[in-house]
Amino acid sequence: MDNLLSIVTFLPLVAAVIMAVFLRGNDAAARLNAKRLALAATSATFLISLLILVEFDASNTGFQLVEEAPWIFGLTYKVGVDGISVLFVLLTTFLMPITIAACWNVDHRIKDYMIAMLVLETLMIGVFVALDLVLFYLFFEAGLIPMFLIIGIWGGKDRIYAAFKFFLYTFLGSVLMLVAMITMYVDAGTTDIPSLLVHQFSSGTISLFGWQIVGGLQTLMWLAFFASFAVKMPMWPVHTWLPDAHVQAPTAGSVVLAAILLKMGGYGFLRFSLPMFPVASDIMAPLVLWLSVIAIIYTSLVAMVQEDMKKLIAYSSVAHMGFVTMGIFAANQNGLDGAIFQMISHGFISGALFLCVGVIYDRMHTREIDAYGGLVNRMPAYALVFMLFTMANVGLPGTSGFVGEFLTLMGVFQVNTWIGLLATTGVILSASYALWLYRRVVFGDLIKESLKSITDMTTRERAIFAPLIVMTLLLGVYPSLVTDIIGPSVEALLLQYDTALAEYVPDTHVAASH
Amino acid sequence: METILLFGPLVGALICGFTWRLIGEQAACVVATGMLFLSALLSWIVFLGFDGETYTRSLFTWIESGSLFTDWAIRIDRLTAIMLIVITTVSALVHLYSFGYMAHDDNFREGEVYRPRFFAYLSFFTFTMLMLVTADNLLQLFFGWEGVGVASYLLIGFYYRKPSAGAAAMKAFIVNRVGDFGFLLAIFALFWMADSIQFDVILAMGPELMETTFQFLGYEVNAANTIGMLLFIGAMGKSAQLFLHTWLPDAMEGPTPVSALIHAATMVTAGVFLICRMSPIMEYAPFATNFIIIVGAATAFFAATVGLVQNDIKRVIAYSTCSQLGYMFVAAGVGVYSVAMFHLLTHAFFKAMLFLGAGSVIHAMHHEQDMRNYGGLRKKIPYTFAAMLVGTLAITGVGIPTTYFGFAGFFSKDAVIESAFAFGGGLGSYAFWMLVVAALFTSFYSWRLMFLTFFGTPRGDKHTHDHAHESPWTMLAPLGVLGIGAVLSGFVWYNSFFGHTDDVGRFFGVPYAVEGDHGAVEGDHGAADAGHGTEVVATAEDTHAAPTAETGDHAAEGAYAAYPHYVLTGAPGQGAIHAAPGNNVLNEAHEVPTWVKWSPFVAMIIGLATATLFYLVSPGLPARWAEVNRPLYLFLLNKWYFDEIYGAIFVRPAKALGRFLWKAIDGRVIDGGINGLALGIIPFITRLAGRAQSGYLFHYAFAMVLGIVVLVTWVTLRAGG
Repeated sequence: MDNLLSIVTFLPLVAAVIMAVFLRGNDAAARLNAKRLALAATSATFLISLLILVEFDASNTGFQLVEEAPWIFGLTYKVGVDGISVLFVLLTTFLMPITIAACWNVDHRIKDYMIAMLVLETLMIGVFVALDLVLFYLFFEAGLIPMFLIIGIWGGKDRIYAAFKFFLYTFLGSVLMLVAMITMYVDAGTTDIPSLLVHQFSSGTISLFGWQIVGGLQTLMWLAFFASFAVKMPMWPVHTWLPDAHVQAPTAGSVVLAAILLKMGGYGFLRFSLPMFPVASDIMAPLVLWLSVIAIIYTSLVAMVQEDMKKLIAYSSVAHMGFVTMGIFAANQNGLDGAIFQMISHGFISGALFLCVGVIYDRMHTREIDAYGGLVNRMPAYALVFMLFTMANVGLPGTSGFVGEFLTLMGVFQVNTWIGLLATTGVILSASYALWLYRRVVFGDLIKESLKSITDMTTRERAIFAPLIVMTLLLGVYPSLVTDIIGPSVEALLLQYDTALAEYVPDTHVAASH
Repeated sequence: METILLFGPLVGALICGFTWRLIGEQAACVVATGMLFLSALLSWIVFLGFDGETYTRSLFTWIESGSLFTDWAIRIDRLTAIMLIVITTVSALVHLYSFGYMAHDDNFREGEVYRPRFFAYLSFFTFTMLMLVTADNLLQLFFGWEGVGVASYLLIGFYYRKPSAGAAAMKAFIVNRVGDFGFLLAIFALFWMADSIQFDVILAMGPELMETTFQFLGYEVNAANTIGMLLFIGAMGKSAQLFLHTWLPDAMEGPTPVSALIHAATMVTAGVFLICRMSPIMEYAPFATNFIIIVGAATAFFAATVGLVQNDIKRVIAYSTCSQLGYMFVAAGVGVYSVAMFHLLTHAFFKAMLFLGAGSVIHAMHHEQDMRNYGGLRKKIPYTFAAMLVGTLAITGVGIPTTYFGFAGFFSKDAVIESAFAFGGGLGSYAFWMLVVAALFTSFYSWRLMFLTFFGTPRGDKHTHDHAHESPWTMLAPLGVLGIGAVLSGFVWYNSFFGHTDDVGRFFGVPYAVEGDHGAVEGDHGAADAGHGTEVVATAEDTHAAPTAETGDHAAEGAYAAYPHYVLTGAPGQGAIHAAPGNNVLNEAHEVPTWVKWSPFVAMIIGLATATLFYLVSPGLPARWAEVNRPLYLFLLNKWYFDEIYGAIFVRPAKALGRFLWKAIDGRVIDGGINGLALGIIPFITRLAGRAQSGYLFHYAFAMVLGIVVLVTWVTLRAGG
């Protein structure tokens, strides 16, 4: 199949269009049809996306399955995947059917909801396969819109505030990225990402408003991209939109947000910052490392005192993303492997944790931790699933959560022992907040009157969790499934990165000022 | 065979935990127990058939990244073989015991099924513990390390309705994580220095690491010492050493079989195992091993003092465990790893026995655990009494010094104490005296437990005493088997662990040579080790020149002196344990003055006499003493106030800080300050949107799409043109 990537990317969009045009009425049957169509479309997308894995050759570090075609306004449509991006595509297609199945009980404007989800899937996959700057930017930015709507329409009480906060934060970050992209185009004369990856952007020191900018153009562009990706990750201190967005978003929205959308920031660092601006990355690495370690400790402490389950998990997400940025800017094989692994694994684990909250939210309509307690008495299956993902979140060896955390820590330790030491305190703090949450919600006697009739997970809910459980354990026990694919591409990236750094000679003027 | 041994318990756990609805509750538990007995049988076959030659079986790849390469593997050497029999034997017996102990439990309601869950957890624990000891790299060891932590967490919190159980479970996991923090850093540092975490590679690198320094936290530090210290921090967490011990007494919230298996015989000894496993590195980290001696001896002393005044029968034994672990660490710290393993082995038998015996008492007394409500139970539960008596004789180290007559604890504990003395110097004396005093306290609190429980008049609820009954055979049979271990294990394996150096060397697969005759080296390792032999001889002669003045004491050891002196000469990584050139403590421990050999005996007698006086002869005395020395009594009763201090300096500040960061920094500074602009805009927009139906959002969204498309297009065209 020559158009495999395009098919995978646009199949959900086609389904969305079909739904918008042909699906009429708002009775129960129509609502069910909308869900069924969405589930069928996302499942088909996933099955087809498995072909990518079949076709993909891990030992080839270049872009594969590349499609290129002229597009409007003289722009080029170009997609392809390499070892770094291919698993994000699969992560997305894998999680979407689960996400759709998780909204089975939603009835409010369900058709629109499903359309938003399907459009979102196309845009998310697009981000990971785009090999043209403009195309990437379009996917990257447009992805905000369905998410904005999902929070704003199907969200909780303060959804409007949260939706705008989400939108403004991420959008403002992106404006700077746009400026940098234009500069790149002017400098390199192309928007083709593979060409940009081998283009050397100037790193000579420049003077701007009397400031000496080490790394010159690279540093400026790096900062512009950083503004966007750091918000997206999110990194401390621009993380405060995330807890609000999560708390207000519906369950499915939270799952997509945590599991996939956050990964775009990390992917951006890997696709743009590190390979295109190696000198600037090297100069800025200490900053990123320190921000990461602050994120890990700070948000873990904050997570410890949360009273809202979703907020707690949202803060824990920020901490886990801290491991990702730390691994990326450790800029060695362990760190990068770990960062990518952590992103994939966090997709399953955080998704599952938000689904866990969803299960009891559907029953009790509250996310207050204090409203629960003793659930194990009536919900043993739920207790087991929640335990598993709590432990995965804590980074227990044997679950996928451990591998990424371990490798990123190992990678960064070789770069800076202080960072390594401080970040490793995360293993203590994560155990504290995660087990404290679990204990308050699940353990204890079932005393609260309102919980006395709560029921255990339904078959549908168990079916939703089953694939996530399998992936979490499988990747925990046999992580080579992932590292074999990402390894060669990461190695190539690092080779290029180190070569660029070796060639870089700081100006004598700057060297003197060091 | 090793594979079946290892995965049998896992299969048992899965079958038991997930299929009991299909095959029935009883059948599920029987399957899990059967698997464990199979494992135990295979373990003994492995142990008895083991010839000293290490072998490894790789299963499949685990984590691979760059130069890091780890397998799931089974590595069998003497250390592993010892741990295998300890783990599977005790675990199989505890499974059997649990049939009786867990038959009825008031913590669960009528009709609630809890036994399959319990057995599944026990089997799962056993599996992870086996993974820990069979690892051929540090990472798999860490997997087992964390796995046993989770199993322990689940089992401590088994009575999930009790808030105290939930709290204890969480505390155990988190405190252990503090240790893991050190362990992880050790792995990172080791990988950085050695570029591997395979035992084959790193264990051979001890001398090299001693010569290496690296930048750690801005300081130039010695690699071996730093790694050794970090590893020991990990061991401190798991093995409940001073400062990280606070979780162990609380862990008694779990059912008693759990305390016997996890918190006495196996999991808590993982730290000792780790240090012994890493002995080829620890031997080259003198700073770290000195630290181990200090902490180990302090723990032995501290825990024994607290044990003196506790009233909960399980807590007394818990502190006793903590204290005995200190003994093991002292042995490891002074460089006699075989003795550390010796005490680990014997302790596993007699401590599991004491716990299971205590469980039998608790079972008989309807889950009453306060010894103040016991008394006179000797006649009601005679078999349990006999078992506890054997356990007590073993732990207090009853035996006749300088002969081979005694209970298990007599051999191993005295071996530790003599090794500490032989280590010499200020540190050796410190450890020696701490351990002797701890032995006195051990004797006191152990006999106090016996007297309060089995002697005197019945106290507390009369009804409970009237209905006190002996336990079923499923509970008594394990006690009998462990009793055999508690009586004989010291005697049987004395030579292998603490006999002549050649016996120890043969047992652990470490080459050895006659001191001063470096030609006669055992086996084909000769050529490789000739160099080492020479060094050893030189140092050994130096150290032996000095104590000639003590020949008087040596005369008593005539038989021993006649035997040729051997020294361990294996290269680092050769065999299961390692002794660095110059480490002659094992030999010297046999030549300590006679008074040293008698001192634990005397301490034991004093402890027994005092306990007899306090609790048999004049039962009013303890209360009066407590009254007179009230501050001291409260200090001990409250466990030196560790929990209170940690609450004040760690737990509460962390929460306060979290709240501050959340409300003040996230809320006011970041949301309010840095993004003042954004927040200024939002209320404005929300006002617009506030009255609007959510349908309006589509319009905004559409405007955004349009905006982006127009912007990008315009910009691209402009730039292109």
